[in-house]
Amino acid sequence: MNPVPVTAPPVVELRHVQRRFVKDGQVIPVIQDVDLSIFPNEILCIVGESGCGKTTTGKMIVNLLAPSSGQILVDGRPREAFRGREAAALRRSLQIVHQDPFASLNPSQTIEQILTFPLQRHHMVRDRAGLRRRIWELLTLVDLTPPGDIVNKFPHQLSGGQRQRVSIARALTVQPRLIVADEAVSMVDVSIRIGILKMLHRLRDELKVAIVFITHDLALAKYFAWEGRIAVMYLGRIVEIGPTPDVIGNPQHPYTRALVAAVPEADPDRTRHKPHLALRSEAIPKLTAIPPGCAFHPRCLYFQPGVCDTRVPVLAPVTGGDQRVACIPITEGFGLIPYQTPPEAQVILTTGSDPLP
Amino acid sequence: MLSPDLNAAALTETSPLPADVVLQVRDLDVTYKAQRGDVQAVRGVSFDLHVGETLAFIGESGCGKSTLNLALLRLLPKTGTIDRGSIRYTRRDGRPVDILTLGREPMRQFLWAECSMVFQGALNSLNPVIRVCDMVYDTADAHGMTRRDARQRMFELFEKVKLDPARVFKAYPHELSGGMRQRVLLATALMLRPQVVIMDEPTTAVDILTQRSILDVLKQMRQELQFSTIFISHDLAVAAEIADRIATMYAGEIVEIGPVEDVFYHPRHAYTLSLLNAAPRLSAGKEALDSIPGNPPDLINPPSGCKFHPRCAFATTVCREQPPLLSVQADGHTVACHHADEVVAAGRR
Repeated sequence: MNPVPVTAPPVVELRHVQRRFVKDGQVIPVIQDVDLSIFPNEILCIVGESGCGKTTTGKMIVNLLAPSSGQILVDGRPREAFRGREAAALRRSLQIVHQDPFASLNPSQTIEQILTFPLQRHHMVRDRAGLRRRIWELLTLVDLTPPGDIVNKFPHQLSGGQRQRVSIARALTVQPRLIVADEAVSMVDVSIRIGILKMLHRLRDELKVAIVFITHDLALAKYFAWEGRIAVMYLGRIVEIGPTPDVIGNPQHPYTRALVAAVPEADPDRTRHKPHLALRSEAIPKLTAIPPGCAFHPRCLYFQPGVCDTRVPVLAPVTGGDQRVACIPITEGFGLIPYQTPPEAQVILTTGSDPLP
Repeated sequence: MLSPDLNAAALTETSPLPADVVLQVRDLDVTYKAQRGDVQAVRGVSFDLHVGETLAFIGESGCGKSTLNLALLRLLPKTGTIDRGSIRYTRRDGRPVDILTLGREPMRQFLWAECSMVFQGALNSLNPVIRVCDMVYDTADAHGMTRRDARQRMFELFEKVKLDPARVFKAYPHELSGGMRQRVLLATALMLRPQVVIMDEPTTAVDILTQRSILDVLKQMRQELQFSTIFISHDLAVAAEIADRIATMYAGEIVEIGPVEDVFYHPRHAYTLSLLNAAPRLSAGKEALDSIPGNPPDLINPPSGCKFHPRCAFATTVCREQPPLLSVQADGHTVACHHADEVVAAGRR
């Protein structure tokens, strides 16, 4: 199974991208080094815990934030090379849907006004009749039907789910080729999340957009990106990336394994009999004091002294597929420990400083 | 520690509860006054909380689960009133207490000493300008515990929740991480050895690995300290892991209640089944899930008959006309659904 269309050139490619923020005179290196390609019409989930840099990565993908260093290519060309009309087209083709539909929609505008502005600003429609037709079309696309009931409403008159659909319709006004959905359903009730995700699937098929879905919810990421890829981020780096069934079903990076083992399951037997993975430490390092070498090494069960705390691991293939992982003990033949091995056995295998045969 | 001021004279006499029931709720109605009219937030809720068990309430936001639990402790905001019903509690010495008729001072003593609460959003529950130790001493003073005893007790509890007692005790809330704060709340909730702890979404705002360690600590504490827990969660996965019994709430009513395995593997209410069919499981491979159509009901003008009928795939004429009554369908598994047999036959996807 290879759901990734590797033949087409990426829509957006991040090459050794770093991003620092300065707060109170202190430099915070939020993105350490990210290499990431997003292919046309694909689904990519970025998962990770708060502070790992997933939102910053999303904003850089859609051109809302510039990297501090490194390069971002769009359709194979450096982003800086786009000027004038081309730059405007680039901005249109990359859109973002934010987490909080209460904050991202102007409360004093009707839904019609909210959708009209980008359509006129970017000359997406010719006249009033075309504008009205397009608004009707967009609201129908996001299942807000009949559109006549919605257009004159204000955001506060809609439910959270409906508001998020309006945000998505607004992103679609400019016919993007890539949409970043940043925690787009976290604030929506569990019972209606799936409906919005299914709609995003349908939009991807009908409009041929690529969707980058950012979430902290692993089970949701698995559901949404089953046909696509998952990238796991930790402290400003991607530590594992690959086809979703592989990353979730056979996680390789110790951090991914810890996450997969830690997630409770909506099934009493399954969740109570899941193999648990203890960490060496529960403390999450501060972004201003990221550990040297592999940033996960102070918490990692597979820690190899002299290796993991001195060398920064890079993403390298494992298991012969498209799954890549940034972990030296795993990618450099220190022994690939099968995922389902009980944690006690894993500790024995990985203690001591000698590399395993 | 039992609260010494909670003497029998201050209590309204009430008949004893069954020996294994620590909290009994019967026919509880809670209403909020709003401009548009009365919000029927909780309607006809009855349940027993048994000694040592964890009962989890699940349901969408606005289903009444948080209101119900605020009502249990009489902590409702001013706009909310308890119109009907009874809440009874058995103290450790076996004496029954009628919570709704407790006077001001006995109620104050009752809170924290007998029944404590862990709210969601740890930062909102901790006073940002006082240290953890001052909060602990405050509670100790209010309940007649010496500061020395309080300190010793908290040091034990902080160790149990895997915190460094000396450091945490002297810390301001902002010096602690989200997970540490949540554990501080958990520990302080157990300070006076309550019999019942109510937890409202205690792991919602934390990261996966932090959630895991809090769940593990919670399970261990429950085993060691033997308290009963009411657990409120919109996250079915957390409920599946932590609960002995599950109560599904919809539109202010308990629509299904039963042992966790029965409810998850053989749901009998169409709403529970729909919730389960909307919940992804990480290890379940490719899944066919479905949202529940429509929106949660307006509790000022709730639908007729079964309040779930406008969103229900099993609904028929009887559902629109007659509210279903709760009936015991299997061992301890109670449900209010006209089509329970069809629902259980359909099963989770």
